[in-house]
Amino acid sequence: MGIRFVLMVNKQGQTRLAQYYEWLTLEERRALEGEIVRKCLARTEQQCSFVEHRNYKIVYRRYASLFFLVGVDNDENELAILEFIHLLVETMDRHFGNVCELDIMFHLEKAHFMLEEMVMNGCIVETSKANILAPIQLMDKTS
Amino acid sequence: MAGASLMDTLFQRSLEDLIKGMRQQLIGEPAFISKAMEEIRREIKSTDLSTKSTALLKLSYLSSLHFHDMSFADFHALEVLSSPRFAHKMIAYHAISLSFHDATPVLLLITNHLRKDLTSTNEYEVSLSLQCLSKIANVDLARDLTPEIFTLLSTSKVCVRKKAIGVVLRVFWKYPDAVRVCFKRLVENLENSDPQMVSAVVGVFCELASKDPRSYLPLAPEFYRILVDSRNNWVLIKVLKIFARLAPLEPRLAEKVVEPICDHMRRTVAKSLLFECVRTIVNSLSEYESAVKLAVVKIQEFLLDDDPNLKYLGLRALSTVAEKHLWAVLENKEIVIKSLSDVDPNIKVESLRLVMKMVSESNVAEISRVLLNYALKSGPEFCNKILASILSTCSRNVYEIIVDFDWYASLLGEMSRIPHCQKGEEIENQLIDIGMRVKDVRPKLAHVCRGLLIDPALLGNQFLHRILSAAAWVSGEYVEFSRNPFELVEALLQPRTILLLPAIRAIYIQSAFKVLTFCLHTYLLQNKGTTFSSWSDTLLPGVLSSDFYESLADLSVGNGPSVTVTPGHVSPSSLERNDLSYEYIVNMLNLVELAFGPLSGSNDVEIQDRAQNVLGFIDLIREKVLNSSVQKGNVSEGKDVEVADIVELMHHAFSEELGPVSISAQERVPLPDGLILKENLVDLEAICGDIGLPSSNSFPFESTSYKEEVGNSLSNLEIKEGLEQLNESTSLLAEHRKRHGLYYLPSDKSETISNDYPLANDPMSQDNATDDTNDLLKLAEQSFVPRRKSSHTKPRPVVVKLDNGDEIPIASRKSEPKDDSLSDAVRDVLLGSEAIIRTSSQSNLSDKPPNKRKGKEKQHRDIHEELKENLVDDRNPSSRRSRHRRHGKERRQRSPRKKNAEEGGDNGQKEKQKSSHPHGRHRQRADEPSNVAGQTSEVPDFLL
Repeated sequence: MGIRFVLMVNKQGQTRLAQYYEWLTLEERRALEGEIVRKCLARTEQQCSFVEHRNYKIVYRRYASLFFLVGVDNDENELAILEFIHLLVETMDRHFGNVCELDIMFHLEKAHFMLEEMVMNGCIVETSKANILAPIQLMDKTS
Repeated sequence: MAGASLMDTLFQRSLEDLIKGMRQQLIGEPAFISKAMEEIRREIKSTDLSTKSTALLKLSYLSSLHFHDMSFADFHALEVLSSPRFAHKMIAYHAISLSFHDATPVLLLITNHLRKDLTSTNEYEVSLSLQCLSKIANVDLARDLTPEIFTLLSTSKVCVRKKAIGVVLRVFWKYPDAVRVCFKRLVENLENSDPQMVSAVVGVFCELASKDPRSYLPLAPEFYRILVDSRNNWVLIKVLKIFARLAPLEPRLAEKVVEPICDHMRRTVAKSLLFECVRTIVNSLSEYESAVKLAVVKIQEFLLDDDPNLKYLGLRALSTVAEKHLWAVLENKEIVIKSLSDVDPNIKVESLRLVMKMVSESNVAEISRVLLNYALKSGPEFCNKILASILSTCSRNVYEIIVDFDWYASLLGEMSRIPHCQKGEEIENQLIDIGMRVKDVRPKLAHVCRGLLIDPALLGNQFLHRILSAAAWVSGEYVEFSRNPFELVEALLQPRTILLLPAIRAIYIQSAFKVLTFCLHTYLLQNKGTTFSSWSDTLLPGVLSSDFYESLADLSVGNGPSVTVTPGHVSPSSLERNDLSYEYIVNMLNLVELAFGPLSGSNDVEIQDRAQNVLGFIDLIREKVLNSSVQKGNVSEGKDVEVADIVELMHHAFSEELGPVSISAQERVPLPDGLILKENLVDLEAICGDIGLPSSNSFPFESTSYKEEVGNSLSNLEIKEGLEQLNESTSLLAEHRKRHGLYYLPSDKSETISNDYPLANDPMSQDNATDDTNDLLKLAEQSFVPRRKSSHTKPRPVVVKLDNGDEIPIASRKSEPKDDSLSDAVRDVLLGSEAIIRTSSQSNLSDKPPNKRKGKEKQHRDIHEELKENLVDDRNPSSRRSRHRRHGKERRQRSPRKKNAEEGGDNGQKEKQKSSHPHGRHRQRADEPSNVAGQTSEVPDFLL
């Protein structure tokens, strides 16, 4: 299904956003996030952004204090996923203006909303920032 | 209560308050959260939807980030969902998509909510419910909401349609019959000019095609158009993925797409697209030489890039290319080898994988040498990865690439001494395996194993215990190649063996027994003056007169060098030799007795049993041996005879050679008369109850493990144990072999080959101190130069292989991907179901080219062949009839609800269908199938 999950984790390893595209129990999620965070956060800047974990790959990228981790199937294009992460960050940047960890903490539902505009069933369905943000901006205006 | 509710509403903490509170709390996060959860549990029961929704929002937050169960709020979420306010709906949908799954009980109740929102005029409500559906849809939801989704697939609102396309994927998976309803509309969206729509629909097809590519071959022209026209990299990547699946199925398609893909590769600046092109070429189009060349150039660019990501991906791509185009790896060998010392462990592992792919007969020694040196300097993890890949590469296909087994035996010995080595089990297996398979390596192997055994330091590393057990077994089994058996006995009985597991100690004891028997046998032969075994020539008087018990205590390492062969020292007098041998034997007996005394009271049965056996044996012969030696020199033949018989018997039992046993040996034993083998073991199941019987398809593996067990020293020892305990069994075994000789390997297979191997190069003489990168680069310069075969001075020794025994018999060919209902449905829609029906009528098969038909017995194959055949047929005007018949079928399946209306036109009235239908509605629908058929028949045109 392409993308299996999207995680945002801060430097301390606390999850700031978790979006799964397959059903996992709370315990499975807790274990998975623990393992992945341990694996990825230990890596240095000079190392590549791809980690194999269980039967899938994790593509991650660090922006300031926040790690964006995306779990994908093995035949997914790693570079495209990196671009996807970048697109996500840019989109949030455009909406929040210089997005930071706090923005995501306090507006988690919006971050989820953007993500849902971009990805359905693990497939990327929308890649235009304007299109992604259109509904959310409309909602902001009406409320 | 109402008051409390009002209080809740007025003073309810918002999510923001909660988060702020959590950041400032002083009571500890868990305490704070459980307090918040209490609040939420109270608030969520409120009748006020705002309060309820805020509570739900907070709950979603805590569930998502702090792993708190929110299933108790499932029903409340539904209540919030029914709110007319959009903001509430949003919260509810978020909570539902977070917590609902197939087993949620209230899932049944959501159908109407979703249906209402799916048909709402507010496009955002529709979007929300579609998003939610894409996460929670189960079979019932997918079935019940298919009509709504069908409608939405052609809505004019782009953002809704896009999501309807996205949700189709889940609906198809859950409810394949939806394909018959929605597939056509989905395909129409593929032709849409709106890039957003194409992007979404291509994503869906990419996923669908990854499950069952063959069904989507008829859509190839559409995908091709996108491949050529689209400028959206996301879309192109997805289309490339689709073609990567389709191209191997249809060579004509592969030929068609290879050029456009190369165009993209040359033109694009986007690395992601470039990488996808490269990957498509190397995975699916690797037979197109020029395309592969271009791809390799691009891979090279990746490898040379500073970005570790590109480097990693380049290496990955390279290892895919290596399967068919090893030259590509050799061309980049320097980069690959340099990457072995990269800072990134992932890159290291990839380059190790590639290096191992370059290994061939001619360079295996050098590469292994360098890698081993490198392993010494690496951390434990990478070190063991290196060892594992050397072991698996060298043992591949029964040691295919190994020519010099002496070298390999010493390599295994050396590996064992690497401090981080944790590959004990694998090395154990290989030590025993090469011993049994390669007769010529045994002297060297015995030497290597002696080295391992006499090193007391190795006993301290528990990862090596398995290796030591193999070494003990080899030393016992091939004791005739030992220069100094006494030293072996000492090593086998050294006090530190207490560190070993009982099972391994048992092997030690058994091996000591074998060595003892061998010595006694040789001694007795000497006394008779018949033959002299080579080792007795090499015994040194000095060793024999030394205090053995002391050397037992201070471990026998020191003895090693003093034992070195100096034939000149040995007195030519046979009397003197006997004299020395006599003491030698007595000392050995004493040593064994002393060491085994305490063991006979061991708690472990294996150890106790074996020790008792040996002690019993010594008791039996000791008297005689000592007596006979009282009159040294003038040995009386009569007294010796009895002892000689016993020893002879034992020696015989041990010198039976153990060869590998073919795994099919058991099957070839004819079934004796009167033995009824029940085919059905149901009765047994009743008896065994819940003990799991091996399933039928596990038998091949069973037999494999049996084969492996032959390599396992323990089972060998058990066989031997049996021999030794039942004296008659030797003759029984001999008889058995005589009768069933064909089931055993001829043990003299390799005797024709000379045994005069020069010793392998002393590994230690290599310069270990050089910098590893230099080493590696040197390797790059030297090892990968393809060598002439003539560089091997000696012939490869015979490696015993069993005719069919070394391959695991594959019970049945792996069946074709299961034709699940989804692909069936897709195929029905795209091709009509007739193809499948036609398979049963054999007459249709006759027009196929015979070579295509040969050997394709599986019915799935037939179906696929048929499908292809049909595609081709469709160009043929004579097959128009059948095509139309299919359309009829297809229509019937696609719109089951309209079946009644169609019945009339469909009922065998194929001729009528050819002519245009007067019925307007009918004609309109008739267009649909002909559209699909258009594509169907287009494929071959396009492909040709």
